[in-house]
Amino acid sequence: MSMVYDTEHPVPIPPIIWDNMGYWEGINRHELVFQRCKECGTWRHPPRPVCPKCRSFEKEWTPSTGKGAVYSWVTYQESPHPGFKAPYSVVLLEMEEGVRLVSNMVDIKPEEISIGMPVEVVFEDIAEGLTLPKFRKVG
Amino acid sequence: MNNLKDKVAIVGLGWTRFSTNSGVSVKNLALESCKNAIDDAGLTVKDVDGIATYNIGDSVSPYVVATGLGLPELRWNIEYFAGANGATSTLLTAACAIIGGLADTVLVFRAMNGRTGTRLGGAGMSLNTTGIEQYCVPYGLTTFPQAVAMVARRHMIKYGTTSHQMGAVALTCRENAILNERAVVRSPLSIEDHQNSKMIVDPLRLYDCCQETDGACAVLITSADRAKDLRHSPVYLMSGTHGAGWQSGEFFGKTTAFWPEWDELSETYARTMASELYGKAGITSKDVDVAELYDCFTIEPIVQLEDFGFCEKGEGGAFVESGAVRRDGHLPMNTHGGLLSEGYIHGFNHVLEGASQLRGDAGARQIKDAEIALVTGYCGPVANAVILRR
Repeated sequence: MSMVYDTEHPVPIPPIIWDNMGYWEGINRHELVFQRCKECGTWRHPPRPVCPKCRSFEKEWTPSTGKGAVYSWVTYQESPHPGFKAPYSVVLLEMEEGVRLVSNMVDIKPEEISIGMPVEVVFEDIAEGLTLPKFRKVG
Repeated sequence: MNNLKDKVAIVGLGWTRFSTNSGVSVKNLALESCKNAIDDAGLTVKDVDGIATYNIGDSVSPYVVATGLGLPELRWNIEYFAGANGATSTLLTAACAIIGGLADTVLVFRAMNGRTGTRLGGAGMSLNTTGIEQYCVPYGLTTFPQAVAMVARRHMIKYGTTSHQMGAVALTCRENAILNERAVVRSPLSIEDHQNSKMIVDPLRLYDCCQETDGACAVLITSADRAKDLRHSPVYLMSGTHGAGWQSGEFFGKTTAFWPEWDELSETYARTMASELYGKAGITSKDVDVAELYDCFTIEPIVQLEDFGFCEKGEGGAFVESGAVRRDGHLPMNTHGGLLSEGYIHGFNHVLEGASQLRGDAGARQIKDAEIALVTGYCGPVANAVILRR
């Protein structure tokens, strides 16, 4: 089972501004990238203008391995919004780079999700102009 | 070290009716609660020269209240765009304004039509992906209950906390609400009712979630010197803290909040700041007689009981289940019924209940010999709390 969207209530396409441009450009070419500090190498997400470790404004969009593990998750039996068909789960992932990412699992039932479950990225074209990184169980 | 201990006191309390359909505007609620607080203190609008409030764009400004009540002059005011990190910190900020000489007597209020107007839980809001929401809303994480359910899940996995234990929080609050005429829900609640209630967002059930309430409440505060000669015995502000830990996340967007950067979801910044809170008050957690703990969802008081030092980390669920926080236990908690049962005035009703208990005028729900109260707002990667005494 994967997240089902209702096209009558589309997810608005996130407006591209300076801070998030590289992230969504990566997603749109089906590549998961995170910001990494050019000075000290610290990864960060969501994207921000400056490194919280060394205060450098120099950064580069660096490919992720796309691999991580489930850190926490929740399941809606009834949807809070008509744009999403229930039941659905939202997962909070810890990626190999150390950053956390909110997403959904594909091809899995909510009751099969567990803490620490290894996952890898897949890309879903949700609508014209909106691609999202989703995750599937590894192994 | 500068310390605000005992320099400012709460001298007036004002409530409106709490309901699920006020039938009046938020402006009306704000004005009514503020007038009631002034009347309760035995003062007049001429004595008030400052106003502070917090909201998420669902309420009215200090200028609206100053104009509506006809204040001669508003010497100081602040309107804080905040979730329940404003619940006690707005009071704290107003106290600092008095100590700093910016105002002498300040109204602090929260007014909202939380059921018939803007519903803070997120129900009915349109999808928004402009701010930090773009990293959670497209995946269906659109509401605050989901963010807190992530916390509950971590706590359950890490410490074995159970849904039954979260249910014990709801039952404790309901027992207190039954004694409180102002409470919006006063029917008895059993653990079976809790366990059989529908899953809102797994692992949170319906009775793990607070009420959605229309209402307002306000306090009037002034200097300790001035407070001595007024109608009620003063309730002094002993200490307060309000802040955030390392990588708290940006926390608030326009329509929801989430904090994926926060290192361990099952812990709060209160763990760090509690020592300063108690230290500046000159007390320890053992000196607290009543605890009014922010209870938007039942997991929240469990985590706070741990992080404010009432039990060991991970034992909050068992602590509640033991009955320690019931009104006959050694730490009566949410003596008005909390946000879970009295009503959700964004946590500000906790401040009034703490003050009422310390004045000794809480009626049927009065806790005998209550001298010191801990009142908290939302605690996660951000935290805020005050300690009050009689």
